[in-house]
Amino acid sequence: MITFKELKRNLKKDQAGLPIKKVALIGDTATQLLAIAITGMGVEKNFSIDLFDADFNQVERQVLDPSSELHEFAADYTIIFQSTHKLLEKYCLTSTSEQTVLAEERLKFIRTLCSSVKGRIIYYNYPEIDDTVFGSYANKVTSSFTYQVRKLNYELMNLAQEYTNLYICDIAALQNKFGRDTMFDTNIYVSTEMVLSLDTLPYVASRTLDIICALEGKFKKCLVLDLDNTIWGGVVGDDGWENVHIGHGLGIGKAFTEFQHWIKMLKNRGIIIAVCSKNDEEKARGPFEKNPEMVLKIDDIAVFVANWDNKADNIRLIQGILNIGFDSMVFLDDNPFERNMVRENVPEVTIPELPDDPGEYLEYLYSLNLFETASYSNADAERTLQYQVEGKRATLLKTFTNEADFLKSLDMVSEVSGFEPVNKLRVAQLSQRSNQFNLRTVRYTETEIEALADDERYANFSFTLSDKFGDNGLICVIILKALDEDSLFIDTWFMSCRVLKRGMEDFTLNTIVNYAKEHGIKRLIGEYIPTAKNQMVAGHYSKLGFTKIGSTDSTRFEMDVNDYESKENHIKLK
Amino acid sequence: MGMDKNEILTEVQDIFRDVLDNEEIVLTPETTANDVEDWDSLSHIQLIVAIEKKLKVKFTSKEILSWSDISEMIDCIASK
Repeated sequence: MITFKELKRNLKKDQAGLPIKKVALIGDTATQLLAIAITGMGVEKNFSIDLFDADFNQVERQVLDPSSELHEFAADYTIIFQSTHKLLEKYCLTSTSEQTVLAEERLKFIRTLCSSVKGRIIYYNYPEIDDTVFGSYANKVTSSFTYQVRKLNYELMNLAQEYTNLYICDIAALQNKFGRDTMFDTNIYVSTEMVLSLDTLPYVASRTLDIICALEGKFKKCLVLDLDNTIWGGVVGDDGWENVHIGHGLGIGKAFTEFQHWIKMLKNRGIIIAVCSKNDEEKARGPFEKNPEMVLKIDDIAVFVANWDNKADNIRLIQGILNIGFDSMVFLDDNPFERNMVRENVPEVTIPELPDDPGEYLEYLYSLNLFETASYSNADAERTLQYQVEGKRATLLKTFTNEADFLKSLDMVSEVSGFEPVNKLRVAQLSQRSNQFNLRTVRYTETEIEALADDERYANFSFTLSDKFGDNGLICVIILKALDEDSLFIDTWFMSCRVLKRGMEDFTLNTIVNYAKEHGIKRLIGEYIPTAKNQMVAGHYSKLGFTKIGSTDSTRFEMDVNDYESKENHIKLK
Repeated sequence: MGMDKNEILTEVQDIFRDVLDNEEIVLTPETTANDVEDWDSLSHIQLIVAIEKKLKVKFTSKEILSWSDISEMIDCIASK
């Protein structure tokens, strides 16, 4: 982990050009060093953090007073750090009967917080302090501090499900990992009123930024695995599929089994698993197909690349098939040479320095928290299947010389609907995930999507796409805003890259124009806002027949609806 | 502690330069917080933690708040 000193140095770096995020930090202990760590970590993750650091011990006032500096600042993210220390102090000052409702009282305040603070809230949960007043018997006593803190942490999870703007930053998990004696430094507390040690600050800042990054669409989507001595012990080419080290019992095989269980859980959560191995493909597949001890099966792998080419090229190949950014990929390899080679050639890929001892892989990877996410739904779990299906489509395409014939043969059907309770989560998710085919890259949360559905100035469309190989689910979203009686502005147009080159853009525009005509709209206005990632749609509106408005530098385009001729395509409306 | 006070002073000076990111800092026994740019209550705690790690000593909370100049800090380290 980067040190606090380095984070502090980051503040001197030029942050021009980095996207600015307004972050408020409010705590009931001193937070100046945490503020430095968070701002420095922002630079590390390519954000320029405009930080409002309230004087400490003002949590209630800043939150409850509608004219406070906090409300005036209007943060994108409000970080609230109410410490276990101060909670214990409060506990000590209350009567036994009030002690049993300590957690309830605090939760009541957090509810108020969630409904009065605009923007997203990042709330630090409570690392435990074992005061040993009751010893282990505290577990039997509802008024014990241990009981109340654990209840509070548990109920915070429930609250986070209730309030979509509330995100819990799990610093209690950090204390579980590193221990209280590392987390808390008595000297620092006594001399500065800060409850986090200097060594812990980078971790807390990192966990905080993980949440912000995920919500801003920067998160990991794919895990690329080496095989020999990474997911099993030994070398399959030398030892044979039946002799690689994997499986329970004494010895290192157990470590690899548990490591594979972890990877499988990631896959079930929606992380795409790919293999990149220097091996003969048939030999590399052997353990997956034949060794009964393997937790990972061939169906768990979305893209399987085993050959003797260099790994940087193979990772580029995997990236091309999946159509995701290099910065959303993690590569695990036990061999430092391979790691450095890939790092030099594809620096955007995250490549952890795996420990030499495979027994330590898991605990080390736990400490990195690589797979933070801002949402989760059942559709995530089906992602591997979708990418495997994509592989089959690519194979079919090779057998057609004419693209139109190929598209026709797919029997594509699209269902068009507005924003409904059943799809709002997926719409919000796609809004956070889409980077490449995204014209304006405006991110919407589930709550905001709900609000749009009820706002009559807006017309919203979501599109699904299925074909004979399977259902891609919801893959495209359009948000139209009425500018005046005659004109509609295309506020949002994003699409999953999985369905590129299927004529979906044409189908979508047909839908928009039909809607416009039905409502007597004469003019459509679209806009392209360039980001580091959406180069592929720079020419989107020109290609579709829009004309640039005004000067050549303009990024706005318009179309006269009455001149539009419906575009031919091979997608049927469901 | 196997070092004499001059050696400690040199070590502490190196730590100050590193933590405060300023190669021009020169410490003498008489130096106080007023004499060093950026040596404030916030960076003080960073300096303490760095000295504890580098010289493998542990200060008490009382000691940290008691020093009025570098010589007192060095005496305290030497006494460990």
